[in-house]
Amino acid sequence: MSAAETRSLLTGNHAVAWGARLARPKVVPVYPITPQTPVLELLTEFQAAGGLDAEFLTPESEHSVMAACIPASLAGARVFTATASQGLMLMHELLHYASGARAPIVMANVNRTVASPWAFWPDQTDSLAQRDTGWVQLYVESAQEALDTVLQAFRIAEAVSLPVMLNLDAFYVSHALEPVHVPPQALVDAYLPAYAPEHFLDPERGESWGNVVTQDMYRRHRKSLGEAMARVPEVAAEADREWQALTGRGWGITERYRCEGADLVIVSLGSMCGTAREAVDALREAGIAAGLLKVRLFRPLPAAELRAALAGVRDVLVLDRNFSPGAGGVLHQELRGALYGMKHAPDVRGVLAGVGGVNVSAAMIAELARGARIEDIVPEAVWA
Amino acid sequence: MGLMTDLLCSGHAACPGCVEALSLRHVLGALGPDTVAVIPPSCLAIMAGPQPLSGLRIPVYQPALATSAASASGLRRALDALGKKDTQVVVFAGDGGTYDIGFQALSSAAERNENILYVCFDNEGYMNTGAQKSSSTPHFARTGSTPAGKPTRKKNLTAIMAAHEIPYAATASSGFLPDLLRKVEKARAIRGMRLITLLVPCLDGWGVPEDQGIALARLAVQTGVFPLYEVEDGYRFTLNEPHKSRPVRDYLEGQRRYRELDEGVVATLQREVDEGWARLLARL
Repeated sequence: MSAAETRSLLTGNHAVAWGARLARPKVVPVYPITPQTPVLELLTEFQAAGGLDAEFLTPESEHSVMAACIPASLAGARVFTATASQGLMLMHELLHYASGARAPIVMANVNRTVASPWAFWPDQTDSLAQRDTGWVQLYVESAQEALDTVLQAFRIAEAVSLPVMLNLDAFYVSHALEPVHVPPQALVDAYLPAYAPEHFLDPERGESWGNVVTQDMYRRHRKSLGEAMARVPEVAAEADREWQALTGRGWGITERYRCEGADLVIVSLGSMCGTAREAVDALREAGIAAGLLKVRLFRPLPAAELRAALAGVRDVLVLDRNFSPGAGGVLHQELRGALYGMKHAPDVRGVLAGVGGVNVSAAMIAELARGARIEDIVPEAVWA
Repeated sequence: MGLMTDLLCSGHAACPGCVEALSLRHVLGALGPDTVAVIPPSCLAIMAGPQPLSGLRIPVYQPALATSAASASGLRRALDALGKKDTQVVVFAGDGGTYDIGFQALSSAAERNENILYVCFDNEGYMNTGAQKSSSTPHFARTGSTPAGKPTRKKNLTAIMAAHEIPYAATASSGFLPDLLRKVEKARAIRGMRLITLLVPCLDGWGVPEDQGIALARLAVQTGVFPLYEVEDGYRFTLNEPHKSRPVRDYLEGQRRYRELDEGVVATLQREVDEGWARLLARL
């Protein structure tokens, strides 16, 4: 690669693969699944052409992929993988294992509906259902953000010794072509030095991992995991600021779009935010003081940032492209929890919009926003 | 056998007279200290723990039960990438973790010919959870989940793994230590996927007295119930001593898991052993 930044037309998936290549992972276990497959294919092409010096494993399942990721990371190697939907579901047991092992693995997940019935559409239930697994979760809106986030994810993961999952919506982000700035390798190397952990599996050191522990050791371990999580908002914000200083591109852990003096703020994750920006523009045009709050860091949920961003706002409309039966929309539920007890908290309404990948247009979002004030506040999200 | 570096510490939590602990000590001695072990939930994991103590003088990674071979693969690749190519990656897993829940990952690691040594400590059941049936439990054996005796035969792990055409697959018995150590040393020098299926009688699970474990491990071979052999590259078979020379009845007697077998059942087991032995001879 040349020393200068290049600009290419890339899909979200290919931007993820470029991000991974620039991060110089040493071990990449990976299993193909629609719509993640182009990530795998471009990475293996990079390796075959000599552009990526990493050990590749293609085991028989995503369960084995994550199983291989964990001790590879504990041995001291930088590890990357990617999956989607059923693959993430199959990994579930090992997602807990990875965070428990404090393995700073970075994984891209392409958000896709969860069977049954079979479907291939954008829906974030797959990753949101993993919210309790101890993984840091970031949601991105564009191919550029996907590339930049892979690199930031490694910075965060290695700073706090936790695995990081970045999520991009199926097709809207994974397969849409966009102009993407690909930073030069030297810039990335300066931003993300080689991984050099304090502890690693090696016969000369004799450290082990996974032994049976007492109740108190287990409790202490979980507490320490929580403390690492608590550091993430600050660490992620710093990783983003530094990236912005180097590239001019910053994404924030949350992003406020036209929130100045807003009466109503739309809150969402991922590609829905792109459409919501258009809706906000249309609403502002029509004289309605609307804004957008994009939640980029979902786990840990940056409660302090969310409360600050929504202070003084009258109405909040949460758009959830996911469905938790019996609970409703996951972001709606989480945001209500984050705002609970806040003085003059906004009225929060939740809408299940885009579940199963159904199209949600800017006009539809604007209409939901206009109607929000009229509807009664109910604890559950309602179907759009 | 000469001097051995003791890589298994005393004071571990295995049962008195445990044949598995004895075998582990010798296998570790043959492997040497430049080794990292992957040990899934099993009696072996009990011997390796508990935190903050370690029963083994080498690093141990304890993976999820289904993932031994996949975990060892990831570890191997990372060590390779970090330039530690001479360090051995070894799996010590039980038969439940190998024949059953870990089998899919094991088959895949064999297909990829991962450079790992996989030792299955085969005590023919889920002994760490109190002796339930696994797919390694032999025909008619009583376990906690087969109180009337197992209605089907033992899976032939070594043959299945040999059919993957891996560089080395062998059976071994705790009752024939020099043969076991020769096989560990041989496997250690080979690159690629290597498997040793090591028969380790479980005193409690099989219902035998504390001082009879090794005798039973010998009888299993002498009766042809568990023949000793090696398979290289999936087709070069070598039969090891001793060969089948005694009736199956000699092996069954004294094991509570085979209590109250009628003559018909003993005859069936004898026929199965004779047929299995003949099939093995035909492959030499």
